[in-house]
Amino acid sequence: MYTFSSKLKTFSLVLMVVGFLGIGYGFLSAPKNIQDVEKILAKQEHGGHQEATHASANEHAVATEEHATTEVEHIAVEPNAEKAVTDSVTEVADSTEAKIATEAVQAVASHKAEPVKHEVNEAAEHEEHLNHVLHQLQNKPWSALYVACIFFMLVSLGVLAFYAIQQVAQSGWSPVLFRVMQGITAYLPVGSVIFFVILLLCGLHIFDSNHLFVWLDPQVVAHDELIQAKSGYLNFPFWIVRAAIFLAGWNLYRFYSRKNCLAQDEANDDNFYKKNFKLSAGFLVFFIVSESIMSWDWIMSIDPHWFSTLFGWYVFASFLVSGVTVICLTTLYLKSKGYLEYVNTSHIHDLAKFMFGFSVFWTYLWFSQFMLIWYADIPEEITYFVTRIQLYNLPFFGAVVMNFVFPLLILINTDFKRISWVLVMAGTVILLGHYVDFFNMIMPGTVGDQWFIGIPEISSVFFFLGLFLYVVFTALTKAPLLPKRNPFIEESKHFHY
Amino acid sequence: MSNKVIHAIYNDDDILMDAVKKTRAAHHHIEEVFTPFPVHGLDKAMGLAPTRLAICAFIYGCVGISFGTWMMNFIMIQDWPQDIGGKPSFSYIENMPAFVPIMFEETVFFAAHLMVITFYMRSRLWPFKEAENPDVRTTDDHFLMEVAVNNNEKELISFFENTGAVEVKVIDKH
Repeated sequence: MYTFSSKLKTFSLVLMVVGFLGIGYGFLSAPKNIQDVEKILAKQEHGGHQEATHASANEHAVATEEHATTEVEHIAVEPNAEKAVTDSVTEVADSTEAKIATEAVQAVASHKAEPVKHEVNEAAEHEEHLNHVLHQLQNKPWSALYVACIFFMLVSLGVLAFYAIQQVAQSGWSPVLFRVMQGITAYLPVGSVIFFVILLLCGLHIFDSNHLFVWLDPQVVAHDELIQAKSGYLNFPFWIVRAAIFLAGWNLYRFYSRKNCLAQDEANDDNFYKKNFKLSAGFLVFFIVSESIMSWDWIMSIDPHWFSTLFGWYVFASFLVSGVTVICLTTLYLKSKGYLEYVNTSHIHDLAKFMFGFSVFWTYLWFSQFMLIWYADIPEEITYFVTRIQLYNLPFFGAVVMNFVFPLLILINTDFKRISWVLVMAGTVILLGHYVDFFNMIMPGTVGDQWFIGIPEISSVFFFLGLFLYVVFTALTKAPLLPKRNPFIEESKHFHY
Repeated sequence: MSNKVIHAIYNDDDILMDAVKKTRAAHHHIEEVFTPFPVHGLDKAMGLAPTRLAICAFIYGCVGISFGTWMMNFIMIQDWPQDIGGKPSFSYIENMPAFVPIMFEETVFFAAHLMVITFYMRSRLWPFKEAENPDVRTTDDHFLMEVAVNNNEKELISFFENTGAVEVKVIDKH
């Protein structure tokens, strides 16, 4: 039996407290009204913090241009106008052209049928811009919380999916790791509840500052024909019921699978093992359907004007590789403390191979999605990447380096895949990289160019990391780390590659 | 000095593995082992050095991606930077996503083919090569260990008969 080391317990509690305080600070320091925003923007202009300051002498053009860039996803799509935005973004220096483009876009956005050259009320436009920035800044602490929350929940879901695959595949190497995987998935119920509460907070409009999902805002929908056309799918009751069904389905599988696994320890036959086999097969079918829909609901609908068919797989690859990495890191930790007698370097080597393979798989999907959209350059799709490349250049391409180039070069070597410190290093980079990946998926649609990895973002990660560690290592103390009567346990104990 | 070798023939891979271990322990030099199929762990038991074929493949892959990159850069960017369907051909990086499928395939192509050719060359395999089969049964169901004789013929014969060999022969090699 594993005993939760007091040091780790204290560490996780400290992470939670620090994270909680930081999250609170994030919410308190967010601007309350447009007067606050005006001050913040004035500070940014003088401090030269944003790239916008060096763009042009014409302050107003810069401000509106910035507005247009981030607004790109929220506006109705009109090929010519969109093209103009894309052009204007690349030629920031030409402020007059940028201004014209911006006006064109806003004309489309507000669904005014008049021609482009109408007079724009500058004051109203400025007001609108401030309002837009206010929403972005108010979204910051929410998005930070949301990204960290969904990331850790999906990591434990990735472990659950991997665990189910191992059961169904009747793999001979992994049964010694089943209890570790079950321990990690113990976070799923906790994470699901918090996540569901956040979804409810978004949908019930309890906080005025929460604008994570624009399509949940009736005022936005009233002026947006594209969202109106999708409201048969994107409406709050249907959305929240779907979320409830998915979370319940995953948690039920986790609960019964664990229960059967423990019952199998005490049984005289393999009945519970067979039950788990069937349950896992059923879960995998449910999982792949729910996972796909989940990715549309919780991530893609952040940008309700954009769509991509392989998005579900892409999200899946991201959290599956993170899940396998977490299994590997937890196993290495427990092994180093002497709790996993039968785990040898061959088991670790196998996990490392999965880390390597799924990293490449993630990259394949990342590139397929990017390249197909980049190649065709259809305005209604390309805006997604224009925003990311213009405003999130380093995180966007940095994620590829962290999730592909680094693991590719490190984990390709057989000998390295057996060395603990190499795996800890590679695993840390992969996990950070996939956090950045989720950051890239969510932030551009919620905070746009106001992004920063500061106190709210880091604190949220700390809080959920602390909670994750606490829940996982508490769960690991609840059952022996070696299943007793698994039909493949002997093979697994002597696994050697 | 005549070039004599012992051919110890076995009909079970487990017995062969034991025999190899005993032979190594007795410090007799194993010239070669012939088996009809790969025997797991035989290379370790014989103390053979690990293969470096994977390292070769990695280097060939690097050559492949370099070639793919150079080729696309020269053709599409340097030599004739034509506007094809609005794709930006001002610099390599601007049009890079379009070249990735080619770069990827070149990498795999170079790594795979050059590694296979390396394997053929290192293991001396080519069409019309004369087979080096000491006993036809080794391709079907027998295992053969060849050990050099250094004026210790009698000792060797009795040694191999004790290792479970179904047949021990002394052969004059030319």
